[in-house]
Amino acid sequence: MSLELTEHLQTTIDSLTETFTDKVIDVYQSSGSTFVRVEADAILDICKHLKDELKFDYLTDIFGVDRYTSDERFELVYNLVSLRHGERVFIKIRCEEENPEVDSVVSVWPAANWAEREAYDMFGFNFKNHPDLRRMYMPEDFQYFPLRKEFPLLGIPGSIELPNTTPDTE
Amino acid sequence: MKLSDIQSKVDSTFFKEHQRKLYQSLEDKHTTIEELDEGDPLATKMILNMGPQHPATHGVLRLILQLDGETIEKTKLDIGYLHRGVEKIAENKTYQEFMPYTDRMDYLSPYSNNVALCIAVEKLAGVEVPERAHYIRMIGCELARISSHLLWLGTMVMDAGAISFFIWTFKEREKIYDIMDRLTGHRFTVSHARIGGVANDITDEAMGSIKEFVESFPKELRDYHKLLDRNRIFIDRNEGVGVLKTEDAIGIGATGPVLRASGFAMDMRKFAPYARYDQVEFDIPTRLEGDNLARYFVRMEEMSESIRIIEQCLEKLPKGPVRTDNAKQAYPSKDEVYYSMEGMIHDFMMTDTGICPPEGAEVYSAVESPKGELGYYIQSDGTGHPWRLKIKGPSLANLQVLENILDGEMVADTVVIIGGVDPVMGEADK
Repeated sequence: MSLELTEHLQTTIDSLTETFTDKVIDVYQSSGSTFVRVEADAILDICKHLKDELKFDYLTDIFGVDRYTSDERFELVYNLVSLRHGERVFIKIRCEEENPEVDSVVSVWPAANWAEREAYDMFGFNFKNHPDLRRMYMPEDFQYFPLRKEFPLLGIPGSIELPNTTPDTE
Repeated sequence: MKLSDIQSKVDSTFFKEHQRKLYQSLEDKHTTIEELDEGDPLATKMILNMGPQHPATHGVLRLILQLDGETIEKTKLDIGYLHRGVEKIAENKTYQEFMPYTDRMDYLSPYSNNVALCIAVEKLAGVEVPERAHYIRMIGCELARISSHLLWLGTMVMDAGAISFFIWTFKEREKIYDIMDRLTGHRFTVSHARIGGVANDITDEAMGSIKEFVESFPKELRDYHKLLDRNRIFIDRNEGVGVLKTEDAIGIGATGPVLRASGFAMDMRKFAPYARYDQVEFDIPTRLEGDNLARYFVRMEEMSESIRIIEQCLEKLPKGPVRTDNAKQAYPSKDEVYYSMEGMIHDFMMTDTGICPPEGAEVYSAVESPKGELGYYIQSDGTGHPWRLKIKGPSLANLQVLENILDGEMVADTVVIIGGVDPVMGEADK
């Protein structure tokens, strides 16, 4: 499939494929957005390159996707904006189900802090070198990852400790 | 103050691990610049828990502040008290069924949320929207923006000490509620947009009240300006408070008025125009100071820009249908449903299965909600339910800003800064 790329996106993809030749797996477009899939182990270097060389200085979001396949089950999507060029690009990496470990990009964009915490909370991604990897929404005592597909919609009874609703009789 | 001291004093009864890690995280913040605070002979240090039930936190936001006298040394935010798991719910609903949940995300501007979802699904499934529907959506979105900013204005000024102002802004909000009632049939959670258009056309009654509002509101806005712009107390409370520099704002991912008040004119309506925002003229108000006063001016000017957009929309409003006439993509009109068999079957099919975007298609589409960039990422698996729906809420991004700008401020300014950042917890907590 041919890609319809603007000038800066073309430069970005050329630069990425040149600098990280064997790390870029796929470049595709869907509904007007451009996605670049790369190897998970190179994500930190690629992010640094994107920020410093290609001016993708604004990180909008990082989020996970559960593909529910037997290999490379989890996907992590980085939503990046270049404010100078007015372009948006998505970087994707995939991880295995067992211990999905990814390098944290908080050192590149401070904005990644909460986004990575959210991805950890919802999918159980383990971000290496994250300064403060705690759950974002669920309490720390909760042991499941709710957005994984095997987690039931109605939740797991007893998984969250709740205060006693009947007043103490003393 | 040592963690062990805090733990022994707090003695949580449940979520023990959560509380422990939260206090641990507060202790760990800025450890590099922390000097030794052995002793603290005057006992000026304390940990203050603010929220989740606190009138000035605008919902269920919890802050833990480490204070040195009246100065905030460091802050941690604890959110998630309103977490309902809407992304999980979305995976089990059809696209149209999910819309009422978006109303309850940013409940101060439900119209923008509906439109954001619709635009994303339409982009994903390739649905054409009639011109008139685009303009109706824009009118709705801008009214929602004014309504949301009015609430921000009222509560922020109330946080700064002027109670009666809240009533005046609510007088105007009430008018917008009435317009919404006439336009959509609901006052609050409107759910007016539909995939492929909007639910119903503007009635004459609604049109009349919108025109009346557009005429009367600028005068009210001038009154607000007159009261606040040169108000000594208001300026003293807001100037130089909660300063966020441009580089920091971009790095930390600030969005919406918070980013624009820090000097960067980022607005989704210009960055990636949706609906017909490329057909109307408006400016992006920007300030350089990055303090709370700058956020005030940005939002105030945004309200007059919104009025400008509504005026242009009313002028340009084309005639025609308000929903696409393709029964495979959108609900058929009620006339068809009630009087023809096909219409009824299509209506049933839309409710039961809904629109099915192509398998493997992905989309990201963002709108400029009153709080900032509101983006929907949807991945389809070819069925009527999204495989993954991710909501990028502006409040979450701005709350992360809040955690960073509070450090070094005075404790009395906390509520004003929260008011200036204007988070809405329904959206931040998902």
